[in-house]
Amino acid sequence: MDFSIASILLLDGLTNGAVYALLGLATVLVFTVTRVIFIPQGEFVAYGALTLAIFQTGKVPGTVWLLLILAGVAALMELSGRWQHHRNALVAAKAAGRMLIAPLVVSAIAIWAAPQQFPLAVQAALSVAIVTVYGPLVYRVAYQSLESATPLVLLIVSVGVHFAMTGLGLLFFGAEGFRNPAFWDARFQIGPVMLSGQAIITALATIALIVLLWLYFERSLRGKALRATAVNRTGARLMGISSQASGQLTFTMAAFIGALSGLLIGPTTTVFYDSGFLIGLKGFVAAVAAGLASYPGALVAALFVGVIEAFGSFWASAFKEVIVFTLILPVLLFRSLSSKHSDEDH
Amino acid sequence: MKAVKTLVALAITALSSTAALADINIGVSLALTGPGSGLGIPMQNQFKLFPQTIGGEKVNLIILDDATDPGKGAANARRFVTEDKVDMIIGSCITAVAAAMSDIATEAGTVQLTGSPVGLPPGKDKWVFRLPQSNTVMGHAMVEHMKKQGIKTIGFLGYTDAYGEQWLKESAPLLEKAGIKVVATERFARTDTSVTPQALKITSANPDAVLIVASGSGAAMPHMAMVERGFKGKIYQTHAAATQDLMRVGGKAVEGAFVVSGPAVIAEQLPDSHPSKAVAIDFVQKYEKAVGAGLRNQFAGHAYDAQITLEKVIPMALKKGKPGTPEFRAALRDSMETMGRTVFAHGVMNWTPSDHWGFTNETGVMLKVVDGKFKVE
Repeated sequence: MDFSIASILLLDGLTNGAVYALLGLATVLVFTVTRVIFIPQGEFVAYGALTLAIFQTGKVPGTVWLLLILAGVAALMELSGRWQHHRNALVAAKAAGRMLIAPLVVSAIAIWAAPQQFPLAVQAALSVAIVTVYGPLVYRVAYQSLESATPLVLLIVSVGVHFAMTGLGLLFFGAEGFRNPAFWDARFQIGPVMLSGQAIITALATIALIVLLWLYFERSLRGKALRATAVNRTGARLMGISSQASGQLTFTMAAFIGALSGLLIGPTTTVFYDSGFLIGLKGFVAAVAAGLASYPGALVAALFVGVIEAFGSFWASAFKEVIVFTLILPVLLFRSLSSKHSDEDH
Repeated sequence: MKAVKTLVALAITALSSTAALADINIGVSLALTGPGSGLGIPMQNQFKLFPQTIGGEKVNLIILDDATDPGKGAANARRFVTEDKVDMIIGSCITAVAAAMSDIATEAGTVQLTGSPVGLPPGKDKWVFRLPQSNTVMGHAMVEHMKKQGIKTIGFLGYTDAYGEQWLKESAPLLEKAGIKVVATERFARTDTSVTPQALKITSANPDAVLIVASGSGAAMPHMAMVERGFKGKIYQTHAAATQDLMRVGGKAVEGAFVVSGPAVIAEQLPDSHPSKAVAIDFVQKYEKAVGAGLRNQFAGHAYDAQITLEKVIPMALKKGKPGTPEFRAALRDSMETMGRTVFAHGVMNWTPSDHWGFTNETGVMLKVVDGKFKVE
């Protein structure tokens, strides 16, 4: 171990850590607003990367068909829900229509664009759009009717959603993995370190997203409404903030972040249909280390996880995962000893 | 009148069911769904071409899906021996599933012909015979090639799972005998997002060559990491990487890689002196005619070899017993051990009472990736 090896490892760790940071942020976001521990966050990563990979082959990705089915189910749920509530066909139809618009538009564009072999950037944008639309649908179908359930029930639902999404991933993408082309092929030699264009894009995208999230939560009314829901659901509701709309918005953002992470990680590794789980789990470790509450905490913890992983695989590659996941034990011990138990769920 | 009809119908059913008992029943359990489906589906394709009769007896294949799940595989095996009263079990194509099935096959005194290189403790494999090559046999071809290339030191970069560990364990004595030193041993998981640290460590040990133990498209990432870290030595891949997926994902980075493989998949390129050439070409032609051009596959080849085995041992066993009886099952087992040198699409097989792996060292073929295609070295 000398300086050059250490700096290469550090760079590698920070690049992976940046992706874990995005997933950690998404996990914190979803948990604070909806109290859902969102295990399938990683599945959005795999879906994003693999949807782009299928676009590259000029075929329509299977995720598009699932999107249409899911939209149909969500619309039916909305229709029956509203009908029971209002007994007004027009209101019910409108609500169902709102569920269908975005998925239909995105799928139509995707089906039209798939055989045209558009440039990489267009296909990437389309992949992100497809996966982002999944967010509110997943929330509507799996979580919305349980919104007042305990975090434990929501966690169990998350496990179910995770298994369903992994299995469907195998159906759409097959058992073999794909690797996406890099967005920027350039390489820069800085001393012993070879800085790849992809690493720079990953870092820039992470920073940009964090700044955007910060602006959104600090400056926009919607963002403030989400924060209010996160602090106190009942209070926010009394102020006229719909917790269902907040939930759907949060899941949209989580799906967007997941898809983006998938695009960032796709060119550096081979992504399989089940790769998302372990990647998401590392983001989750970072989020837990931050107490599922603090965004800057999750960012720092994620970068730390990435660096530990890089050095861990250098020194003892057979025990790499052991080292990474053992990290969480002292953190949990510290938290359980230091926290004052409250009656609130979060 | 109605009663007479019923009686006739009953009699016919009774007669036909006794006739069915005389058939040879073979239970096949394959991973048709789940993560192992990429191996099970080609085997099933090949079994669809299975002959109706062997040695004048009707042969029934009962194909079940084990969903890459050891529990499901064991349940299938249980069903085969209790309900279907099979004379032989074939499967599974997944090591863990085949291992779970082997206890039931042994207990019932039924031969199990596995489609995976399942390692069992000595004495436990009395009823188990393997169709795939052992890693030792494949390692033999690889180490011979390394010797010719003048390689003295080697780095190992393999999966953390059973496949990686088995290769490490079984290739160690071969490498030692050839005077090749393992200077770095690194591991990674299929789901890892980066193997840069491992590649760094191997590069800093500076071996003449590196052996990557991974399968399918998963074999490309460590290969690319080594190339990216500026590794100039030779890179070897195992037979699990001998698929088009290696080039599809690896692209230019895997040019010049050495890959060991069973002979069936590169039938046309085999030298005329290779004993399996004719059989392997027959397999490839029949399989690709049925399934589609360019879709040949290592595991479909194993299914083809299962047919060769049965065509040889069933006539031998029929002399000693009637199908459906314990004597016939025992006779099948004994015939497998005494059938002697048999040419398979995947090499030359010779099971003996002390060796249920059976492939001779003629089976492994070294390939080199040239212009995105496999070329026999």
